Amino acid sequence: MIHFIVHGKQDTVGVMVTHVASDQKLTGWNMETDETLEAVAREDIPLGHKIAMKSISAGEKVIKYNVPIGNATGDIAPGQHVHTHNLKTARW
Amino acid sequence: MRQQSFFGYRRKNGRVGVRNHVVILPVDDISNAACEAVANNVKGTLALPHAYGRLQFGADLELSFRTLIGTGANPNVAACVVIGIEPEWTQKIVDGIAGTGKPVEGFSIERNGDFKTIEAASRTAMRFLQDVSELRREECNVRELYVSAKCGESDTTTGLASCPTVGNVLDHLESVGATISFGETSELTGAEDICASRAATAEVAEEFLRIFRSYNDFILSQGADLLGSQPTQGNIRGGLTTIEEKALGNLQKIGRKCRFVGCLAPAEAPRGPGLWFMDTSSAAAEAVTLWAASGAVVHFFPTGQGNIVGHPIEPVIKLTGNPLTARTMSEHIDVDISGLLQREYALDEAGDRLWNMMIRVCNGRLTCAEALGHREFVLTKLYRSA
Repeated sequence: MIHFIVHGKQDTVGVMVTHVASDQKLTGWNMETDETLEAVAREDIPLGHKIAMKSISAGEKVIKYNVPIGNATGDIAPGQHVHTHNLKTARW
Repeated sequence: MRQQSFFGYRRKNGRVGVRNHVVILPVDDISNAACEAVANNVKGTLALPHAYGRLQFGADLELSFRTLIGTGANPNVAACVVIGIEPEWTQKIVDGIAGTGKPVEGFSIERNGDFKTIEAASRTAMRFLQDVSELRREECNVRELYVSAKCGESDTTTGLASCPTVGNVLDHLESVGATISFGETSELTGAEDICASRAATAEVAEEFLRIFRSYNDFILSQGADLLGSQPTQGNIRGGLTTIEEKALGNLQKIGRKCRFVGCLAPAEAPRGPGLWFMDTSSAAAEAVTLWAASGAVVHFFPTGQGNIVGHPIEPVIKLTGNPLTARTMSEHIDVDISGLLQREYALDEAGDRLWNMMIRVCNGRLTCAEALGHREFVLTKLYRSA
C-alpha cells in the first residue's frame, strides 16, 4: 500500500494518494529515483493533499516537481499538512 | 502494439472526421429558437445555440465568425444549415463553410419570420440528414487525426497520473505525424519558462512568451489578480495550493519528448502536423469550443475532482487518476487510471488504455459526455459588444 508519492528528488513535499490519520506510519514512493520512502503523518491529511517531507521555515520556497510552487507562510514540520494555511503562490 | 488505424469519415477536403453530424448553426443569439425548432422537426440533426453574434466588432467579431465557420467546417460535421437574422452575415458564415466542399445552406429570418424560415430550413436539413446517413466510414490512419488536450477541475492526481498519461499518448501521436494542440494560457503561470523551453525554435518560444505576457498584462490592467479564481475552489479542495503547482501538473500533458512547432490564435487551424500551442481560456467549455472550431476531432480531458464538460461535435474523452472521483462520478469517466497511484501498472500501460479508448471513440463509440447529452458550446468573448 502506497500512502504518498513524491515527484522529484529535490521535492520538499509529497502527495497523499489515500486519506491518512494523525500518527499513522506511511509508505511512499519517489517517482524520479524509484526509492521507497517512510514518513509519519503529524495530522489527518486527505487524499490529494500534500505532506511536508522535511522542515520548512517561514518564507522558504516549497519545492515540488523539483521547482518552487510558492513560499511557506509559517514554519512547517515534517509530516505536517501543507496547503493554503501555510503555503502561498509567489505569483499573485 | 497500439492500433494505428480506425474507421472514420474522409471528407471532400481530405480531412478525417469521427462523427457525422448535421448541424443547425445560428449566426446570432436571436436565431437560436429557429435552429432549435428545425432540430426538433428533423430528428438526428443538432442545433448549436449560443449567446452572441449581434453588434460585435473588431477582433471580437472576427473570433466569433472564425468560431462559427470553423465549427461548421469541422470534419465531424457532414452538412450544415445556417440560420441568421439577416442575409449578409448569414451568407458570410455559409461561404466560409462551403470551402470544405460539404453541403451547406443559409436562411435568414428578416422578411420571412420564424415560421417560413423554419419550414424552408427544415426541408433542407431533412435532405442533408438523409443524404449523409448513406456516407460510410472507411479505414483511416491515426496520423490523420487532429487531437486537442486540456484538463479541468484538476487536483494533485492530475499531475501524478492523468496528465502524464495524456502526455504519453501525445508523444506517440506526434511521433507518427498526427496534429495535436494544447493551450490554457493563464494556467501555465509558474511553468511558462518550462513551457517556452519545449518550443521547437527560439522564435516559437518568443511568440509563446509574448502571448503569455500579454495575457498577464491584461489581468494587471484590470486591477485584479487571479487569487480566488486560480486555483479554483475545486482545485483547492483536491489539494492544489498554488497556480505554480497547478501549472506544473497541467504541463505534464505535453509529454516528455514532443516540442511545439507554432502558436495559434484562438480557433485558428494548425498549419501542419505536430504539437501546437493555442491561446485559449482555461475555462473548459470555452477552450474545447475553440479547439473544435480549429478542426480538432477528438479531445482528451484529464480531470481530478471531476469536470463533466462535453461538446456537441467534438467527443471529449475524460480520464482520471483520482480513485474517489472514479468511484463517485463513474458515469463521467471514460478511462480510469487510478491504479497508477498504487503502482498497479506503469505509465505506458495507462497510455495504452487511453490510446485504446481513443481508437474506440474514433470508431464511433459514444463518450460518457455524449451519452449524457453534454453539449457545451460556448463562444469566447474578447470584450463587450457595441
